[in-house]
Amino acid sequence: MTDKPQSRDDQPAESEPQESATPRDEAPETQRTSDNERPKALIEPRTDEKPHIEVREEVPRPRLGPAGEEIRDVTPRDRRRINRRELLKLAPVIALGAFAIPKLQQPLLNTGLHFSDWTAGKLFGPRRLEPTYSNSKVAPFDKFPYNYYDVVDPGVDLASWTLTVEGLVKRPGDYTLQQIQSLPKQVQNTRHVCVEGWDVVGNFGGVRASDFLRWVGADLTARFLEVECADEYYESIDMETILHPQTIFCYEMYGRPLDRGHGAPLGLRMPTKLGYKQAKYLNTVRVTNVLKPGMRGYWEDQGYDWYGGL
Amino acid sequence: MATNASILETPKPQTITVSYEHPFIVRLAHWLNAVALFVMITSGLRIFRAFPSFGPKIPQQNFWVPPPGITLGGWLAGAIQWHFTFMWIFVGSGVMYLVYQIVSGHWRQVLFMPHDIPGVWPMVRHYFLFGKKPPVVAAYNPLQKLAYTSTVFFGAVSFLSGLVMYKPVQFWWLTALLGGFRLARVWHFMAMCGFVAFIPGHLIMVALHGWNNFYSMITGWKRDPEYIE
Repeated sequence: MTDKPQSRDDQPAESEPQESATPRDEAPETQRTSDNERPKALIEPRTDEKPHIEVREEVPRPRLGPAGEEIRDVTPRDRRRINRRELLKLAPVIALGAFAIPKLQQPLLNTGLHFSDWTAGKLFGPRRLEPTYSNSKVAPFDKFPYNYYDVVDPGVDLASWTLTVEGLVKRPGDYTLQQIQSLPKQVQNTRHVCVEGWDVVGNFGGVRASDFLRWVGADLTARFLEVECADEYYESIDMETILHPQTIFCYEMYGRPLDRGHGAPLGLRMPTKLGYKQAKYLNTVRVTNVLKPGMRGYWEDQGYDWYGGL
Repeated sequence: MATNASILETPKPQTITVSYEHPFIVRLAHWLNAVALFVMITSGLRIFRAFPSFGPKIPQQNFWVPPPGITLGGWLAGAIQWHFTFMWIFVGSGVMYLVYQIVSGHWRQVLFMPHDIPGVWPMVRHYFLFGKKPPVVAAYNPLQKLAYTSTVFFGAVSFLSGLVMYKPVQFWWLTALLGGFRLARVWHFMAMCGFVAFIPGHLIMVALHGWNNFYSMITGWKRDPEYIE
């Protein structure tokens, strides 16, 4: 910027503000001393002079405000026309008013929620692991909340309990806890996150859901796993999450058999899902491609989002 | 003489000087954002009400329980529906605004820079302590730049901390960067407080500058701008 202009170049630059201060139309062409413009004026025929000036008067030269704003002098009618046009361009904002219409509100919010669930499914990394924590970061057992919707203990008969496996599986039927525990055990220190906003790191042990489903010959290309619980709670989970390496059928917490309040004898533990997806007191699991309406999940059927992923 | 002058004046159409102060994208982003921010704050407070603490669940020590009257959604699930719907509009309008500012180069007018720091105090003195009004030298004064730039900062913090609360496992690296899941809730809440602090000051300034100034944020054009004779 500063090194380029010579003393000769500086002169026109300095005279420019003076030029713009006085309207350019009024400056007579003959007063210009620049070598570039003098021959132009000579070449131009005299007859052209008049229309040339008229054109200049019709097209107002752009005036700019201090911050580069375009400035115009308009008639009141033109101003109304401009304002109307600019106002119409804000139609997308007015469209948000649809959320205030009672009949449209819930369908619109459901659309937003489904879009968020769809995005959440796209964001899910089937191999992305929830960080595991050292034993010192695990909350003491008595600081791990009992969370339930109805009763903390639905009174499961632990002696006669079996897990019913249904749907798209080669070997459906009732499986005992001993059979489930015969499969390799995974123990994890992972974070449990509640939709309310609290979180707690716990110690969980169980069988990988993917191991168990392979063992019973489930169709792993199916889309969902439905679960039903002793307390009449129910859930449905996408198969991608069920096959996640940290998703387990949990029968142990803190090295002890699952107690009744935490879902004895068997619960679902998924570090990639919110708490309300982690069904306790499991009775039935069903491999399926179709979710029954009104059976997507106890809380989901009342308005919570179905995906509930973390 | 008088009749002569009136003859000359009558054929001239009466004109109004208008200046284009706010480009369309900025206005669109502003109003979408205003609606989205209102929904995000009120529904967010309802979500916070479900666990109004930043500590553990056991023992739970409430930080502040927002009164239902200032919340939206009716219950936790309803508030989540609002929050998860308008977060797209909030982020979308924010991204649209930022991209426009960068591409148009207008960010130079509004981004608060270190050389603006000395100009903040004179503006504060003028607004709050009845000091002399500093000369207007740019589109936005240093205090305005600070206010508008800080809203972009609050928006960025609320977006990033919100992402951590929404998907702490998928964005585990961001969770670690923000200091974990619980701290992300703190950042999210503080960004909300930043917005809440900005809004009254903003609205008071809008009210003080009158209808004409406000109208330019709707149509873009300001009538009789103060900088034109």
